[in-house]
Parts: sequence; structure tokens; C-alpha cells
Amino acid sequence: MALILFFVFAIAAVLSGICVAFSPFGNNPVYSAIALIMTLFFLACEFVLLHATFIAVLQILVYAGAIMVLFTFVIMLLNLSKEEIGEERLTLTKVVGLVVVLIGLTYQIGRVIWAHKVAPVTLHLTDGGPSNPAFGTIQDVGVKLFQDFLVPFEVTSILLLVAIVGAVVLAKRKI
Amino acid sequence: MTAQVVEALVHAAIKFAILVPGFVLALAALMSWIERRQSAMIQDRVGPNRASIGGVRAWGLFHIIADTLKFALKENIVPRGSNPLLFRLAPFMAMAPALIVFAVMPVGPTNRWVVSNLDVGILFIFAIGSLSVYGATIAGWSSNNNFSLLGALRVSAQMISYEVSLALNLVGVFMVFGSINLQTIIEGQGALLGGVLPKWGIVVQPVAFFLFLAASIAETKRTPFDAPEGEPELVSGYFTEYSGLALATWFLTEFAAVIMVAMMATAVFFGGWQIPWLPPTPALVATWWFQIACVMAFFAKTLFFVWVQMQLRWTLLRMRYDQIMTMGWKYILPISLANVLVTGLFLLLTR
Amino acid sequence: MSTETVREYLTEEEEDRIGLHTQEMILNMGPSHPATHGTVKFTLRLEGETIRDLDPDIGYLHRGFEKMCENATYTHAFPYTDRLNYCSPFINNVGYALAVEKLLGIEITERCKYVRTIISELHRISDHLTCLAATSLELGAFTVFLYGVQSREEIYVLTEEICGARLTVSYVRIGGLTDDLPESFADHWKLVKRRLDKNLYDIDKLIGRNRIFIDRMQNTGILDTETAISYGCTGPFLRACGVEYDVRDAAPYLVYDRLDWTMPTGTRGDNWDRFLIRLAEIEQSISMIDQCIEQMPEGPVRIDDWRVVLPPKDEVYNSIEAMMAHFKLIMEGLKVPPGEVYSYTEGANGELGFFIVSDGSGKPSRVHVRPPCYHLVAALPEIMRGKLIQDLVPTFDTINMIGGEIDR
Repeated sequence: MALILFFVFAIAAVLSGICVAFSPFGNNPVYSAIALIMTLFFLACEFVLLHATFIAVLQILVYAGAIMVLFTFVIMLLNLSKEEIGEERLTLTKVVGLVVVLIGLTYQIGRVIWAHKVAPVTLHLTDGGPSNPAFGTIQDVGVKLFQDFLVPFEVTSILLLVAIVGAVVLAKRKI
Repeated sequence: MTAQVVEALVHAAIKFAILVPGFVLALAALMSWIERRQSAMIQDRVGPNRASIGGVRAWGLFHIIADTLKFALKENIVPRGSNPLLFRLAPFMAMAPALIVFAVMPVGPTNRWVVSNLDVGILFIFAIGSLSVYGATIAGWSSNNNFSLLGALRVSAQMISYEVSLALNLVGVFMVFGSINLQTIIEGQGALLGGVLPKWGIVVQPVAFFLFLAASIAETKRTPFDAPEGEPELVSGYFTEYSGLALATWFLTEFAAVIMVAMMATAVFFGGWQIPWLPPTPALVATWWFQIACVMAFFAKTLFFVWVQMQLRWTLLRMRYDQIMTMGWKYILPISLANVLVTGLFLLLTR
Repeated sequence: MSTETVREYLTEEEEDRIGLHTQEMILNMGPSHPATHGTVKFTLRLEGETIRDLDPDIGYLHRGFEKMCENATYTHAFPYTDRLNYCSPFINNVGYALAVEKLLGIEITERCKYVRTIISELHRISDHLTCLAATSLELGAFTVFLYGVQSREEIYVLTEEICGARLTVSYVRIGGLTDDLPESFADHWKLVKRRLDKNLYDIDKLIGRNRIFIDRMQNTGILDTETAISYGCTGPFLRACGVEYDVRDAAPYLVYDRLDWTMPTGTRGDNWDRFLIRLAEIEQSISMIDQCIEQMPEGPVRIDDWRVVLPPKDEVYNSIEAMMAHFKLIMEGLKVPPGEVYSYTEGANGELGFFIVSDGSGKPSRVHVRPPCYHLVAALPEIMRGKLIQDLVPTFDTINMIGGEIDR
């Protein structure tokens, strides 16, 4: 059951990920943004299947709920017209980019298949459950963050503070 | 194994179907009547009382049906120059999260009375609730109307800002009860403080409650925080261009949000399904009548908070957009932070 | 004096230097828009929520009042004046009648003066109530709006008792009134006053100390005194800036010099001051009406001059002189000696002026009206530049633009 769900969400995530770049509805950045939100959402579903409910919720709360709102905000405010977006043209950059992506993709898929051949792994999803029953709960994540990884955590917060100050300096025209 | 999962899914679906269309949507429809009658009482008016079936007026209750019919029979206009796909999609993008959040709300003492007793409880509500901003934003943008766009900008800024304070206000409660699972929090509120006062959220976290109420009304975008749909300058804000059932969807979404706020306030600050001074011992909880009584208590409290919000809406005025922002960031947020700090200190010292 | 935050813009050079360019949003508010009660269109140039410029576009309710008056006799103009400021038609009636009487050089009776004062003040209350109620409504206080409109309704009922019409009163005539006040007026007024007091008390309790309301009103929509005077602003608007100018005080007409009243003035010239001044003026008007009822002498309400006032019907049917006078007045209109006059009275929103040129015939050769809110709306862009779009709403409300008056 969980395996079926895993593949449903995985395919949905990949499909919506593709929609970010090639939207079937038209060349509109808002469609891409919505597709990205959907990708993030399906990724969160995968996290739930992996027993990381806290991370799943944070994924939606922070990425889909807050950061992507700012993205759509900006896209909507710019309100690009067709001319500004430009015609679809096949440039050298695009071709090179496509080739690089394809090579990377083939390499990754090949690696997974290779690894599976060498040492077959079984998927530990909801059916079996993780070895530690507290895995993925808020207590667990909290303990990890504030005991095992305290220094990186605090350094990250300082980094964020720097980013906030920088954003204020850049955005505020007259302080 | 698979059969169990399927069974659990079916159970959850049935519970959700009973709770959401059966209670939430029904109450939301009723609220359109409550709002009009209550405002009429406040304002020395009679209010709607003309809709009748065979001469029976029933205090204007049939206006719900009349309103629905009227909405359903109106043309669903998609304005020229709008983005038809997104324009049609937006009400659903707002409606779906507003209804999904009810899935983790425990309305009764056992797990039977909650659709899905998630470990992350309230965070789930926040996460899904944070998605509801897209509906409004995209509605405003896709309408291709400057009023709608301004409304959409206001709504997204306001909702993101107040989400932070909303979550922070509840942190104090989480600390006191040591959990973010709603069922655990409600169970924790069954105890009596000093044998007299119920250990309700409002008793242990009074500051947080009032800030929570303010922040959550801001989330529902109702007066005094209804600048995004501020009628005098933005006509109807982000849903200016909507008509027919699509417009009704926006109203239902708003009412669903009001009910959600009422339920949250009930569950976190007013003891949820707890009946005061009647501690739920395991023997009591096992009886069916106690469970029903608890559910009744929960819904009664919810209705009370719906009433409170209505009362606020018809007594207060609309704040200015920058005042809303100032209030959110400069007053509510720091006070919530201080509240968390004080609570933490208190818990540390009394441990 | 002013503590209102005014957004400062970057010049284009500064924008170039930073590399951030602002794209303005053009927003057409109106002519059919919730904020523009009456019909007016604002073309706003917005930068985000801030108004860069504002262009009020009036004239949607233009009926050609002045030209219509020139094609009608002096008496025929009264129904037109009803529709100028439809919140206070009595004041327009009185203002126009005073202008023609000034040109005629006649003195109206004592009782008529008192009655005219009473009805003017009655409709000043009605006008102020409309303004206060609309302001509250636009700020979201729907309840206050209904309380205000309820009180106004009481005044409409009283108006109906006086002249038979609620809005289009046409009560005043040149040289007098159509009829005396009804006998029940004093009692009815007491009832209206009692309900008005109660509603004003409720309104005050609801919003008088409401933090949100005060925040929305205080320090918004400020215009400094010099600019206000240079734009020709009058009425509560100018008094809110601290200028003690009221036509009733500066050039007393009717019986205002015999009444005991004070002129409320503000200090900051913001919306809150204008709101409070209107509230205070309602109180003053109530007291003025009370004094008038007390002092009012008995006597006729029309002058006894058949060249100006229609003779009583009894005489018309029974005497040849009266019949001729009636015929002449109806067919030719009353003859006004050639000349020109500017007569000004205190309307609810400020100085209401009538300029009339007569060529000696029964119809005015030229009529011009000075609507008080014309000048206020002209000053609106000056007030709103650099302010938030939401501040436009209470500012526009306290200005109390009346479409019928400004578009004539």
C-alpha cells in the first residue's frame, strides 16, 4: 500500500516538476510557480511516507506556504507580457543545457540501477516502520537539532540574520 | 496489512465526510443567516425575514436556501482579459485547504472523534492553512483587475505576516502541555488548577489567547483586518470579479475559516471537548453518553466563538493596511515572543 | 503641526543610481465605486499603496442647474436648488431666496427669519449626520452608519411634516415661505431631539474612543491652513484648520446674530478634527433650534407685497387686484430690478454662494452657484499626494462631496 502511494506521489512530483519547465497550459510563469508548489507538496507527501512527518509539515509550511508565496508575488507584480518573456527559440545554451541534464539524469538512473544490482535494497516504508519508533517526531528532531547539531544550527541562524539584515539594507531605499 | 490501511482510510473518509460537509459546511451556510440576523439585532433592524415556504418564515432561515438558489442561478462570469484557467481554479485553491484543516480537529474524547490524530497536530493546520493564501493571491492576479491585484497583494502580505504571530502564540501552550498534538493538549486541559480552576489554555496562557484571537481574525480577513477586501477602496478586493457560485465559494471559505478559528480557540484555549469540573476518567470516557456530551460541549464552545467573532465584526472598524502590518510585526509578534520567553522561564523555574 | 507620514519618492536620478525603477499603477476609482458616493471619478497614480497623484474627475451628475435657472422664473428655480445639496435642501432654498431678496431689496418678516433659521439648522444636522454616518461606514463601522441614518430619518419625517416632502422640499419662497411651520412642530422637534441625543450618545460610545477609528482619522488628510485658504476652502474643513470663519458669524444673516452659539474649531486640520467639528456643530445646531423656537414671534411668514409674493387664494378669486397680481407673477415671474448680487450663506460644507445677474425681466439673466465642496475637492490632490490609498477614503468622506452640488 505504502509502496503504491510512494510511486503515485513520486510520479506526481516528477510530473509537476517537469511542468515547472514545460507547462502544458502555456508559457506563463505563474503556471510554473504553481507546478513548483505542487512538486514541493508531493515531496512533503513522500516525507510522510518516510515517517518524517515533522519535516513534511515544515516543507509545506516554509517552502510551499511562505517562500513560494513571495515567488508568485514577484511574478505577479512583474506581470510580464508576452513580448518581455520572448519567443520560444532554440539557442545554443538551451541545447547545451538539455544535453548536460540528460547526461546527468542518465548517470543518476544508471547509478541507482547499478547499486541495486550490486546489493539489492528493500524499501523501508510505512509497512515496516523505522527501527526507532520516535523517528521523525518533533521531540526527535528537536533533540537532534539542539544537542547533536547545536553549533551548525546556531551558525545557520546567524547566517539567516545576516541575510535578513542584508535584505533590509538592499530593499529599504532610505533608512 | 494493506486491508488495515484501506480500512483506516475508509474510516477517515467517512469521519471527514460527516465532520466537514455535515457540520462545517452546514454551519457555514447557517452563518450567513446568523451574521445577517445578529447584525440586524445590533443595528436596530429586523434583518432578513421574508423568505418563506408556504407562509412559514422561520425567522428568515429559508434565506439560506434563497441565497444559495440566487447564487446558483447567477451567471458565472469570467471577465475578458483574465486568465480563465486560474480564475476558475482559484476558489478551489482557497476552499480545499480551508476544509482539509478540519481533519486533525479532535471533537471528542477518543480517537474515534478525530479524523486523523496526527502527531504534528497543530502544525498540520498551519501548514495546510498557509496554502490557502494562494487561492486569494491567484484569484486577485488572474482577474486582471487592479482592485483585485491590490487586494491580492494585501492578502498575501497580511496572511504571511500573521501566520508567524499565530504560530508563536500557540508555542506557549505547547510548552505548558508539552505536546503539539491537539488531542494531548485537550486531555492536558482536563486537570484542575489548585482544585478550582480548570487548567484551560486561557487560564495558563491568557496573553496568548487574546493575541491568538487577533492574529487569527487577521488570518480570516474579517473586520477589523479586512483591508484586503476593504470595500470602500478596493470594492471587494481579490474576489471583485467573481460572481455566481464562485463568489459563494469565497464566502463559504471565509466562513469555514471562521469556524476553524473558533475550533482552534476552543481546542487550545477553552478545553476542547472537556466539560469543566467533570474530569474524563477512563470509565467515563468509555461510556457513549459521556462521549456525546463531550462532542456537544465542543460544538457549543465552537458556536460561542463563532458568535464572538460575529460580534467583533459588527462592532469594530477596518484598520488601515499599514496599521495592520505595524500591529502584526511591532506589537503582536514581540509580545508573543515575550510570552514564549516568560512561559519558558516559568516552566524552567517551577520544574 | 503635522505628524502625518508622507512618503517621499526617489527622483529618477536616484532610481537610476540604485537601479530600481518604479512602475506606476493607474487605478480608476469610479465613477461607480463604493467610495465615490455620488458620482465622481478619481484617476489615481499609485506606487504600491501610496498615491503619487490624484485627479478628481467631476461632472457626472451635471444637470445644467445654472442654465435651467436662466430659463425659468425666479420662483421656478426653487425645485432646482433642492437638488443641489440633496443632504440639506432647506439650506439651498434659503440661500437662493436670500440672494434674490437681496437683489429685490426687501426685508422679510421676523417670524420668517426664525423659521428659515430653524429649517437651515435642521438640515445642517441632517447633512452632518449623513457625513458622519458615511465616514463611519467607509471605515467599516456599519452599525454607526445605521445609527446615523436612523437619526437622519427622524429629521426627514420632521421635514415631511413641515413641507410635505422628504427630500425635494421647495419650502422657501422669495419673500417668505410656502407656509408656516405646523403647530405640532415644537413637540415633534422635542421627540426628534431626544432620539437624536440618544443616537449621538450611542455613536460617541461606539467610535468616539475607539482606537482603530481614531488611528484611521487622526493625522490623516491634513491640509495646512495657508493652502486651505488659497484653495478657497470654507466650512468645517477650514475651521478644522483652526480658522474661525463661518458666514453665520462673519456676515450674520437671518437671526444668527441674536442666537447664542459658539464656533467649534480644530487645531490640526485632519480628518479627526473635521469629524469632531461636525459632531460639535450638530450640538450647536440643536441648541440654535431650541433658542429659535423660544424666541420666535407670532406673525405672518410672508411679506405683504403682491409684486413678490402670491396673494392668498381667497383674494385671488374675489378681487381684481389680487387676481392680476397672481396672473402677472405666474405668467411673467416676479420682476427683479436690474443689477447683480452675490449672496452667501453657510451651507453644511462651507460657504454656499449664489451670484445672480438680473436684467429686469422675470427670469434671471445669469445664475452662478458657488458650491462649497467644489473647492474642497479641488484641494483633494494636494492633501492626498504621498499618502496611502486607504487614507483617501476617510478624507474624501470628511470633505463630504455632494455630487448634486459640485456638478450642478
